[in-house]
Amino acid sequence: MKSTYAYILFLVLFASFFSFSQEKELKGYQQELAGSNVIVDMIFIPKGRFVMGSPPNEANRKVDESPTHQVLIDAFWMSKYEVTWELYNLFVNRTIDTVPNKINNPDVKIQVDAIAGATVPYVDMSLGMGTEAGLPVGNVTQHAASAFCKWLSAKTGYFYRLPTEAEWEYAARAGSKTAYHFGDDVADLDDYAWHYKNSDNTYHEVGQKKPNAWGLHDMHGNVAEWTLDQYLPEVYQNRTSTMKNPWEHATTAYPRTVRGGSYDDDAAWLRSAARMPSMEKWKMRDPQFPKSKWWNTDAPFVGFRIVRQASAPAPMEMKKYWNQ
Amino acid sequence: MEKSAKSTSNLITPSRRGFVKSSALATAGMLLPGMELSAMANVFNDKKLKIAVVGCGGRGTGAANQALKADDNVELVAMADAFQDQLDKSLVNLQKAYEGTKKVNVKDKNKFVGFNAYKKAIDMADVVILATPPGFRPHHFEYAVNAGKHIFMEKPMATDVPGIRKVLDMAKVAKEKKLNVVVGLQRHYQNNYLAVAEKIKENVVGKIVSGQVYWNSAGVWVRPRQANQTEMEYQMRNWYYFNWLCGDHILEQHIHNIDVANWFLGEYPIAAQGMGGRQIRTGIDHGEIFDHHFVEFTYPSGAVISSQCRHQPGTWSKVGENFQGTKGRIDMKDAGTASIVDLEGNSIFEHRGKNDPNPYQVEHDRLFASIRNNEVISDAENGAKSTMTAILGRMATYSGKVVTWDEAMKSEKLLVPKDMDWNSTPPVLPDTNGNYPIPTPGETDVFV
Repeated sequence: MKSTYAYILFLVLFASFFSFSQEKELKGYQQELAGSNVIVDMIFIPKGRFVMGSPPNEANRKVDESPTHQVLIDAFWMSKYEVTWELYNLFVNRTIDTVPNKINNPDVKIQVDAIAGATVPYVDMSLGMGTEAGLPVGNVTQHAASAFCKWLSAKTGYFYRLPTEAEWEYAARAGSKTAYHFGDDVADLDDYAWHYKNSDNTYHEVGQKKPNAWGLHDMHGNVAEWTLDQYLPEVYQNRTSTMKNPWEHATTAYPRTVRGGSYDDDAAWLRSAARMPSMEKWKMRDPQFPKSKWWNTDAPFVGFRIVRQASAPAPMEMKKYWNQ
Repeated sequence: MEKSAKSTSNLITPSRRGFVKSSALATAGMLLPGMELSAMANVFNDKKLKIAVVGCGGRGTGAANQALKADDNVELVAMADAFQDQLDKSLVNLQKAYEGTKKVNVKDKNKFVGFNAYKKAIDMADVVILATPPGFRPHHFEYAVNAGKHIFMEKPMATDVPGIRKVLDMAKVAKEKKLNVVVGLQRHYQNNYLAVAEKIKENVVGKIVSGQVYWNSAGVWVRPRQANQTEMEYQMRNWYYFNWLCGDHILEQHIHNIDVANWFLGEYPIAAQGMGGRQIRTGIDHGEIFDHHFVEFTYPSGAVISSQCRHQPGTWSKVGENFQGTKGRIDMKDAGTASIVDLEGNSIFEHRGKNDPNPYQVEHDRLFASIRNNEVISDAENGAKSTMTAILGRMATYSGKVVTWDEAMKSEKLLVPKDMDWNSTPPVLPDTNGNYPIPTPGETDVFV
């Protein structure tokens, strides 16, 4: 028995030392995709503590952003840019599935051909805004965005998923406590974001605006971004002690939380703390019944970006993130 | 056209920023008159309306769902489809969605399968939904009008000219009988289009002299041949790629944008010339249709509309319409927005579209309100003429020649055979390699 305890103690110490040293050294990287030239830039987001929500004196704040509360977040990587059509269409068209990756990462062992794919849509899902290189994907459902993550994980061997709402806000703030990651002055917004007043009613190539302190582009505006969480407007009121990696598991299809605001939103919706619920009307013009689970027809302003946890969870846990 | 004038009368015209603030009000404003009327009418006309759906694919089922939502006192009583499995799947989905209501009540004996299934289903209903592939539409419409039913029918109205003439004839009969006919050209029920139509009427853009209309996308579904299928079953399943059933994508999809040109100009073209072909989509499961068409339509006023439609992955995609007038320019975007600028580029009008109602639902809300109020909506004539416009374009791209409206309207070329059943031979057949004859500009005679 004694030796078992010692062994476990050793393992724990080793593991914590290992993960500590690993986190310290972790850097961003570029995820390649065998069979394509598309590269996903991943930025390392160190673990830390932040204040989630908006303070009472923040202009244009909404009730669902209060009260502010302390949150601890584990380290993860987040994609530097919103997922583009070019990247997403690799999942829709599935032509690179059979090309083996050069490096076989060990975290995820799923056959890529076992993953259900998005249907080919009847209409142009970009609604005329284009799908050329660099343009962010829109009109994808949260289900489709998660399925994309699962496909990318199977393809690369790393565990990719959507961010939780807390991870998203932590990443967007990048240490800031202001309404936007660059400060409180809306006059500076044009330098950092595409929003209703400067977007000409369309999304734009990712990465054209200035990034936040961690190097993430377009956290404010361009396309709003899916998170994993159910939208619960009053949930912050229950968070009376420090929360660690909070995640409101979804039990109903609507509403779920979208963050960051979009080219189609006014500045207030782009604030770091602003929370937007998903709506059934985002599928309004889907003429089919039942409506597609893969595509929205009226939300070209909602896309997503991906994250990878610094330490990958067990395979059973991964499923919880992908299949809500 | 009368219809559009009527539906715009409720519109509050929003200014770019004013619209945001007043959007809730505007939405209510646009919905309320219809609701009041139908509530009022129910006092006088509260008969339960029985619905039948003919064509139970995703779209037919979608239209049935919207019809069931449009009125409290309605019941789906009969369904018809060529395929048993498609009908069953559709019914299960609707039963699931309307569980606990009495709105879906299709008995086994009222599920009709096969080429002639539509007759029995139509007989049972007050309101029918016609949503099969378009090749069958003229016969279904004729039968429903003769039977005195109110009708929602999907676009297009036909795939050949004799079919168009039949629909035009029956449209007159429907009007005489005071039957409501709503056609699934839903842009006529969509606020950004209605708002701009109103602006055109107010002479904000002057006289429209030119326009560009687009449906450029990656393409649609393909249903590959299965081992046990007869040729007829294969074509019926993979119908998008056969002209007698689909009419090519210039008709099946791009009709929406061509129809907007006709609507905004207030006229139909006198001639078309164009080019097209298939360069990317050339496999054996791609039947006989082109993957791109470019057409110039010339109108009686002298206006010229360029029309492009393309099904090629990886190319520039756009679905929408632009028009140039003597006083301003119109930009209609698929995202539901609209803008008008003057000739110097200054904004005259913006429609943000964010809180607009679902046009597919509005179609049915209007249809049922009109039935309840003893009013008449007559979309069929415009639907047939816009269908004809797209067919005219197809005749131009297939032949590579100038085709006039008047000569095209006289065409006796039948794409859809009469009296079909599962034993009929389809009008086009593959060669030994599985390839179908493809139209060749310069050689193909679109009249014989």
